[in-house]
Amino acid sequence: MDINTKKAKKNAFRISKERGITASRVRVPGGKCTADVLEQVAAIAKKYGNGSVHLTTRQGFEIEGISLDNMAEVNQMLQPIIEELGINQAEKGTGYASSGTRNVSACIGNRVCPFGNYNTAAFAKRIEEAIFPNDLHFKIALTGCANDCIKARMHDFGIIGMTVPQYDPNRCVSCGACVKGCDQLSVNALRKENFKIVRNEEKCVGCGVCVTKCPTRAWTRSEKKYYRLTIMGRTGKKNPRLGEDFLIWTDEDTIIKVILNTYRFVEKYIDPTAPGGKEHIGYIIDRVGFQEYKKWALDGVELLPETIVKDNIYWSGIHYR
Amino acid sequence: MGRLLNEKAADALMERLQEQYDVFAPRLFPGTGCYSDTDVVRYGQISSLSEIVWDKKSEYSFKETLLPISDTVFYFTEDEVKVPDAPRKRRLIFLRSCELCALKRLDGIYLKNGFADSYYERIREQADFVWMCCEESFASCFCASMGTNRPEQYEAFARFTDGKLYLEAEKGLLKELLEECGQDGFGEEASLNAVYPEENQEKIEIPESLPEDMASHELWKEYAGRCIGCGRCNFVCPTCTCFTMQDIFYKDNPKAGERRRVWASCQVDGYSDIAGGISFRKNQGERMRFKVLHKISDFKKRFGYTMCVGCGRCEDVCPEYISYLACIRKVNQAAKEARTNEQK
Repeated sequence: MDINTKKAKKNAFRISKERGITASRVRVPGGKCTADVLEQVAAIAKKYGNGSVHLTTRQGFEIEGISLDNMAEVNQMLQPIIEELGINQAEKGTGYASSGTRNVSACIGNRVCPFGNYNTAAFAKRIEEAIFPNDLHFKIALTGCANDCIKARMHDFGIIGMTVPQYDPNRCVSCGACVKGCDQLSVNALRKENFKIVRNEEKCVGCGVCVTKCPTRAWTRSEKKYYRLTIMGRTGKKNPRLGEDFLIWTDEDTIIKVILNTYRFVEKYIDPTAPGGKEHIGYIIDRVGFQEYKKWALDGVELLPETIVKDNIYWSGIHYR
Repeated sequence: MGRLLNEKAADALMERLQEQYDVFAPRLFPGTGCYSDTDVVRYGQISSLSEIVWDKKSEYSFKETLLPISDTVFYFTEDEVKVPDAPRKRRLIFLRSCELCALKRLDGIYLKNGFADSYYERIREQADFVWMCCEESFASCFCASMGTNRPEQYEAFARFTDGKLYLEAEKGLLKELLEECGQDGFGEEASLNAVYPEENQEKIEIPESLPEDMASHELWKEYAGRCIGCGRCNFVCPTCTCFTMQDIFYKDNPKAGERRRVWASCQVDGYSDIAGGISFRKNQGERMRFKVLHKISDFKKRFGYTMCVGCGRCEDVCPEYISYLACIRKVNQAAKEARTNEQK
């Protein structure tokens, strides 16, 4: 059997522990797909796999037990899935064109969840379109609100939905539901003054709990959707850590620009001897310094006037090395 | 006889209306719902008759067009008091049959329950109403059961059919303006009937009398655990009229301030608090009992008709899916059982 394992891996096939056997990794941006896609995944698993499908931590499918001989046939069967999911592809029928940049994953967001501040899957799709295919090792996750159910803070880029609560004192009945909600579920940024509500803007994390609790529509969401961009969280052997805030009250366009700029930064500074051409961005930033990264990340970016940019970032985490 | 107006004719009428009126109707407030990317239909001032939302029931009722949620009653300084001026313009309010029936309840409370409330009276006198005919009943409506599916009286009615607005007025300013539109060639003369739903999907029977021990019945207990006391059911209700008073001393000058009256809810903490730290109806089961029995029984003892008009808004808005209809059915069942036991 003559297999170029590097090519196979970049074509989203795993080199498994069992000789001759691979697994097909199906990337599902934002973790949202139709039942049709599920059926097609099932068909591949039944025809070329061993009937088992793993739901990956990054919201893809890993179709197990496929013979390395059948990669081309599996790629053919993947085509309708790739088209339905809108995956960027160089040539039809050739499967997923890359695997280094991981699936952009997302919580269920405002399609279903009452706390979600935006359509996470739609934004995930937008990022997918902007960055794929790409073999650099990037992990991006989107979460609808500050609850961060997707654990966006453990990613290179964590995108957390925010809203600027809009208050109409004329509709407020001083019931206190927002104050109680903010205290019990969030950061206690609200207080009553003269029977109306005062929001501590510095404390507020834009979670929108006050809006969901308000019974009279005194609190509503801002027309504009905002995001907190956290950067360089990671797991792993050396120094696992949570991502830190980089931009607060930023917008979609800025986030996409910052991510694309980061690809350029990595291309410039990546360790040329890195195994498989993959080095975690966070370690590159640790090496060259945050200020240099920031210069690259914000190159050509026009920030919203309301965006807070962190001057410096000090990550912590556990140091095993 | 009335007039059938296309959008252009409706705009022409609106231009004339706005010279005399601030026009209020159920309209869309995009993106202002509790949840992200959700809209709210509620009453607001409109600048075009095409803004009126016909195909949905407004989440909040018309009552805020007459009773502001937070209303300044007077401003005070150290030795003077000033009552705010009344709205300058008359108001034309488009509303549903259930709400026209609710208007009778509001009048009952604010005008005929002892002395007249001057704040309500002055805005009420300035208001004209147009009945928005429901071509079809909405899901949770039970107006037919409550006898509120058509108003006892109305001066004008409107229908929205095949993309055209039909308006007919028996008297008053609207009648004059419609005639003017006719003279100027806007819209076409037509004669449509006022329509209303003969029946709803939801049907309900209100017990004629309640057993004496209804207040201590078991059925209220489940609500103690289910209701979160948010008050939405009261705030959306067209017949809830409770308010509380708030005295505000301005932050920059505590010697001046204002007194406001603000909507209150019998479901929200604080409603039954009195001096000495005493609070009646501490748990939500008791509060639910108070509300429901008031809507279907207690109010009726004083005014001769039920308070509830069967609009179903409380049913639609409850975040805990507590069904007012289901509750009334349970009460009705309990009343029937009590009668059967008596006969034995």
